[in-house]
Amino acid sequence: MLRESGFESFDEMFSNIPEAVKLKVPLELPAGLSEQAVIRKMEEIADQNVIFKHIFRGAGAYHHYIPAIVSSVVSKEEFLTAYTPYQAEISQGILQSIFEYQTMICQLTGMDAANASVYDGATAAAEAVAMCRDRKRSRVYLSEAANPQVIQVIKTYCYGSNTDVAMVPEKDGITDVQALETLLKEDKAAACFYVQQPNFYGMIEDGDRLGAIVHEAGAKFIMGCNPLALSIMKTPAEYGADIAVGDGQPLGMPLAFGGPYLGFMAAGAAMMRKLPGRIVGETKDSRGNRAFVLTLQAREQHIRREKASSNICSNQALCALTAAAYMTAMGAAGMEEAAKQCMAKAHYLCSRLEAAGLHKKYGDSFFHEFVTVIPEEIPADSAHILKLLEEHGILGGLPLSDREILWCATEMNTREEMDQTAELVGKALSGASSEKGALIDEAGI
Amino acid sequence: MNFPEELRYTKTHEWVKMEDDTTAYVGLSDYAQDALGDLVFVNLPETGDTVSAGETFADVESVKAVSDVYSPVSGTVAEVNEELLDAPESINESPYDAWFIKVEGVSGQDGLMSASEYEAYIKTLE
Amino acid sequence: MKLVFEKSSPGRGMELLAPCDVPQVELAKENQRSSRLRLPQMSENEISRHYTELAKGAHGVNDGFYPLGSCTMKYNPKINEKAASLKGFTELHPLQPEHTVQGALEVLHLAEIYLCQITGMDAMTFQPAAGAHGELTGLLLIKAYHEGRQDGKRRKIIVPDSAHGTNPASAAMCGYDVVSIPSREDGCVDLEQLQAAVGEDTAGLMLTNPNTVGLFDKNILEITRIVHEAGGLCYYDGANLNAIMGIARPGDMGFDVVHLNLHKTFSTPHGGGGPGSGPVGCKDFLKTYLPGAGVGIWENENGKAYHLTDHEKSIGAVKMFYGNFLVVVRALTYILTLGKEGIPEAAANAVLNANYMRVKLSDVYQMAYEETCMHEFVMTLEKLKHDTGVSAMDIAKALLDYGIHPPTMYFPLIVHEALMVEPTETESRETLDEAIEVFRRIYQQAAKQPDYLHGAPYETPIGRPDEVTAARKPILTYRWEGQET
Repeated sequence: MLRESGFESFDEMFSNIPEAVKLKVPLELPAGLSEQAVIRKMEEIADQNVIFKHIFRGAGAYHHYIPAIVSSVVSKEEFLTAYTPYQAEISQGILQSIFEYQTMICQLTGMDAANASVYDGATAAAEAVAMCRDRKRSRVYLSEAANPQVIQVIKTYCYGSNTDVAMVPEKDGITDVQALETLLKEDKAAACFYVQQPNFYGMIEDGDRLGAIVHEAGAKFIMGCNPLALSIMKTPAEYGADIAVGDGQPLGMPLAFGGPYLGFMAAGAAMMRKLPGRIVGETKDSRGNRAFVLTLQAREQHIRREKASSNICSNQALCALTAAAYMTAMGAAGMEEAAKQCMAKAHYLCSRLEAAGLHKKYGDSFFHEFVTVIPEEIPADSAHILKLLEEHGILGGLPLSDREILWCATEMNTREEMDQTAELVGKALSGASSEKGALIDEAGI
Repeated sequence: MNFPEELRYTKTHEWVKMEDDTTAYVGLSDYAQDALGDLVFVNLPETGDTVSAGETFADVESVKAVSDVYSPVSGTVAEVNEELLDAPESINESPYDAWFIKVEGVSGQDGLMSASEYEAYIKTLE
Repeated sequence: MKLVFEKSSPGRGMELLAPCDVPQVELAKENQRSSRLRLPQMSENEISRHYTELAKGAHGVNDGFYPLGSCTMKYNPKINEKAASLKGFTELHPLQPEHTVQGALEVLHLAEIYLCQITGMDAMTFQPAAGAHGELTGLLLIKAYHEGRQDGKRRKIIVPDSAHGTNPASAAMCGYDVVSIPSREDGCVDLEQLQAAVGEDTAGLMLTNPNTVGLFDKNILEITRIVHEAGGLCYYDGANLNAIMGIARPGDMGFDVVHLNLHKTFSTPHGGGGPGSGPVGCKDFLKTYLPGAGVGIWENENGKAYHLTDHEKSIGAVKMFYGNFLVVVRALTYILTLGKEGIPEAAANAVLNANYMRVKLSDVYQMAYEETCMHEFVMTLEKLKHDTGVSAMDIAKALLDYGIHPPTMYFPLIVHEALMVEPTETESRETLDEAIEVFRRIYQQAAKQPDYLHGAPYETPIGRPDEVTAARKPILTYRWEGQET
């Protein structure tokens, strides 16, 4: 083959590479391994991780039930090993699955148009912010009650585009409405406001009020949503949002140490053509049959180059397929049931933890996450509680500080394990109190 | 190809129709729409924006390309033809009815070509 | 094919969740949806058949030859999938305590040192989810670097006109002005043009090498020197690394930042468009600006432990958590499988396969460049189109009838009627010979039956779609009967 291609040797084939940049010594990599040896090695590595039996941690990554059919669908090699569906004639399966996914995202959010996905919920929020900027309006407002990682990603993107970011403070676990009103009233350059619903603390924001204030100021209203909660909650469209975004991970994607997840984006008709990334549309083929194609492509980087509003090319298509398969398997009834169970169980867990001695930091209007505080008189700290839980195979909530923990419960958690968790928390608290008592005794006070 | 006598043209293939001394309509020539193929969308400026002769004020999209549209004159956008947003095909079908913007306070219209000059210019491109 | 919504039957569905074992809690009225969610109602059997039907209307690497230039559609080894589905990876919460995620940190650590070795870089982040995302990240490092030196006047990024569209788009997202420099006849960087373009306002240069026409730019050391002397940095777009991995390294060519496409070069599947992974590597002096956390090692008498470290002057985060982690697991599995001999061997075979096809087609098809190519080559059908009216698009569509995914069409923009062919190393000689035969047959047909080719494809589930109507009157969601529009 080498000779037929016109070369005497591989060296000759690579003769266009100057000697000065050619590697002179072999790469410092281990020698190649057989399949058996490779999987053994990867299993050894995987075994170094601790897989918790019970998980009460969310904060952007949620443990939900994944129907068996979902993994069967997404492991089909025709989907798995295809590239972006540029050639519509042999890609109808992928294009149709994206069209179905777009429809479902619009159903969830109440919006008119959705794209075929972006990288995750945080980049979806950052892209939404970019959709709202123009020459006249260049400052973006973010709720401090949103997920800190999402805020950080938006800020990084805004650093790139030289966009001003202003934070709207949080008060009692939700966005400070008064503060937002004051900030926006004075600002003719306000481009948009981003709020998360339910927010980072699990609390439900006054979306109607926020939306009204934002629109009064002539800015755009972006809502970051939990897609599972949307099966029962008021939609971003009903709250008046111009753009809805979120992370689709709860829709059938495993925790997987943070990815791949799914960024979904949907907008009203007015902003449809500003959406970044791939969009699939319905049309007819030369034979008059229904067909699906990538459409509105003139928005995209491969055509508009430096004038494109986003550089996105590869997205998270297989995760969008995962979400569509998940929603199809669950159906509306299944998703409503899962969302209701999440909420019911979080409220149950909260009440058990309160009974065990923790205080609830904010009000009752939360979905499936909530914050607890260790009462001042108890000398325990968050680490102390979480360590005891860990010893029992339980991943407790996320410590926000020495005394505050952000908990999450989902349909995966049983009453029994929540009772056990609360009992252990109670033990950790009283243990700490009696230790303190012992110390006090010792000191002879 | 059709180039009405009463219009003036640019090397970037826009046409201008002077309504009076200071008011003009601007659009894309028959040559341009033919070269660009089926247009699918137009991005237009807003009323009140200023435009400058030789600078881009809009763009037109086909399925696989986007092209800037340059203003032949300077002035202020008095009106925008929003019908193009829903029916970009009208640019292909009747380019001289499918005006993009109406400009007021027009200046900088010197150096535009007459229909015959434009036709001669197009010949040099082929 | 019916849509999933058209297959729905009222009342049908699956029993998936255990009954709720705690008291119900009602959402406040003002926070409830006003109308019920509308989703398909189907049995598992129906769902399974629906997606099987859709799968039949898709074409992956597993279905046939996929020489899509610039996309490196190599075979995706199944062992990668097996590794990525290990419970120890899939069930791991990203916010678990450090001592409970030691295996995950080891994955990131090993992938970092191996990929730094392959690229000649010193540090790497896995947060970027795709190539374009990596470009954005890499350019932000460059921006932060110049700002860190109080050098605020560097506003421009130089991009050759042959570059991928993501390059200028990424530069624009970083607030940079894009300076597009024309390439030479042979598709390589014009040193004079480059010299004239650089200056005190140059933030950096973005380049792929091999470039987008499939040629290795021999002047690479000169190019990076010119940019460095002007005070700019050099960014390597790793889209074409497959040609040179283990043979030459961007770091040795003078590049300061690179991104890789694990979904191209390192055999992870493209998933119909994603997820990919676009890790960004950099030289030591840029490490402090990397996004997200780095992975360090503590060693003491009890052994070794991995820990997360913050980068002092980090640009922040470009994605949540650690990027598309399971994609990194797959890429690591691939690297461990190939090892130090296998990596350069894969590159050599990729280049050989491309040259073999190029040589075997060059008596019929006009090559855009006559010289030895790297992992891909570009043909121009300008003359064929002029003589017969058959375009690159027609040839591409005709290939569909033979079960071959067409090459990349109309890219790079500097070649007219371009078809860019990248066979990859995982195709056998037999597959290449069959494809060569098909390419030749279609070319001959172009002269005899141009109309037949204008109408191709004929054997596919649909004919050519009306893209104009799709874009003029967008229909982006299914509309139920009676649904408001």
